[in-house]
Amino acid sequence: MYRETDIVQDTSIEGDLIINVGPQHPSTHGVLHLVITLNGETIKKIEPHLGYIHRSIEKMCESLSYRQFIYVTSKMDYLSSHINNHGCALCIENGLQIEVPPRAQAIRVLMDELTRMASHQLWWGANAMDIGALTPFFHAFREREMINDIFEETCGTRLTMNYMVPGGVMADLHPNFQKRVKEFIPHFKSKIVEYDELLTDNIIFQNRTKGIGIISKEDAISYGCTGPVARGSGVYCDVRKLNPYEIYSQLKFDEIIETGGDCFARYMVRMREMKQSLSIIEQLIDVIPEGDFQAKTKAVLKLPKGEFYSQIETARGEFGVYIVSEGGTTPYRIKFRSPGFSNLSALDFMARGSKIGDLIAIMGSLDLVIPDIDR
Amino acid sequence: MFLKKYLQDIYYAVKSLLIGMRRTGYYFTHHKEIITQQYPDNKDSLSLPERFRGEVVMIHDENNEHACTGCTACELACPNATIKIITQIDTTPEGKKKKALNTFVYHLDLCTFCNLCIVACPTDAIKMANTFEHSVFDRSKLTKILNKPDSKIRAGIE
Repeated sequence: MYRETDIVQDTSIEGDLIINVGPQHPSTHGVLHLVITLNGETIKKIEPHLGYIHRSIEKMCESLSYRQFIYVTSKMDYLSSHINNHGCALCIENGLQIEVPPRAQAIRVLMDELTRMASHQLWWGANAMDIGALTPFFHAFREREMINDIFEETCGTRLTMNYMVPGGVMADLHPNFQKRVKEFIPHFKSKIVEYDELLTDNIIFQNRTKGIGIISKEDAISYGCTGPVARGSGVYCDVRKLNPYEIYSQLKFDEIIETGGDCFARYMVRMREMKQSLSIIEQLIDVIPEGDFQAKTKAVLKLPKGEFYSQIETARGEFGVYIVSEGGTTPYRIKFRSPGFSNLSALDFMARGSKIGDLIAIMGSLDLVIPDIDR
Repeated sequence: MFLKKYLQDIYYAVKSLLIGMRRTGYYFTHHKEIITQQYPDNKDSLSLPERFRGEVVMIHDENNEHACTGCTACELACPNATIKIITQIDTTPEGKKKKALNTFVYHLDLCTFCNLCIVACPTDAIKMANTFEHSVFDRSKLTKILNKPDSKIRAGIE
């Protein structure tokens, strides 16, 4: 059992300094508390303290029906709420053997990729802001605002959508959807050049991220890293490629792999992923099949007795939903495998031996969303 | 050799910074690219999409009639117990006893705008409104009664 008093006992080592970063620190993007043991300016150990935003979502889901619990998951990783909802809907469809209509599948993929782009844009701005460049933050939000407006028109909300439901999506696409996405594509293509001019090619940014926070391929696998963090170290782990869901197997896109393993490699993975998401949207936007947007399902869903697992690729990595059903209207036990938690566990390994200023760059490159870690 | 690389690094560093500064200078001189909205000054021209989830309202027509039968489908669909429906037993002119809506209580402070109640409603009696300025001085004002006083159920809705 870990207690707060254990931290105090660590101070006995001569010459070490213990510093608390957070829970109210702007660079932790939420209420993450890091207890850092320093020797001079060099990091000896990092202990993340969780629990400041723990809402016991898993337990909460056990008292909600299969239709109701999906909305809670959009409050976990709020930057990819569509994808979280999608993962839960997939798991329920997996249990009930529901066939999702082709139109709903296309809509889901479109929404997922738009979410991924919006999430990476926010990360791009916030990562630059952590390192000391404030301007990219506003540039990123300009493009993200366009995606949010598209979401607002079709789904009704901007952040916590609850748009994916078991069997399809909640409502059909708004008539303006295709027009607005087609406006967005050339706009973003011209702006991503600016992103590179402003930040990627910037010498100060490169010096602060190249060779910082290196994690090897083997270590990334052993820490359970997924998503851009693992792909930056050369691990093939894209669920869209390895275990395709919906219509991803019919789409042409590359799994982005960088082999550097440092902050800059993780940065480049996300920058190139945005372009891949854009190409997926370009392939799909003109060929959305006609038909139903939702399969016919019963009013009250009852999963058969058993265990169900489904995985999905969020903007941060692999998101898993594990449901144990006893045959009732509510799940008996539910477990979410969130990507942020595993990625955070590698922070200690990455930052050991580097300077405290580099810690902020490393944390920015991990793209942490604290409610996703804490749940 | 070392000196050449050193000077090359400096050259590329200055070049990359100047490219970035050119971008900043472009936005400094192009005021039309500014997209900041001056809320609340632009309140009159502000338009929200029709699907925007502001708050739950009950649709009333000009005769002060609604379509709610008091079936409590929305109450059961709500994950947060935002909606509480109080029903009464009415007697129709033919002498039949019929369940009808008495009070539709809506706790805006508990609502997460998940839209599940709207989807669940079999008679389309409720919808999401576009209002979004919900701040009040007292929390009790967030508990709303959605059916208007003396409103009745529209004829022909079962």
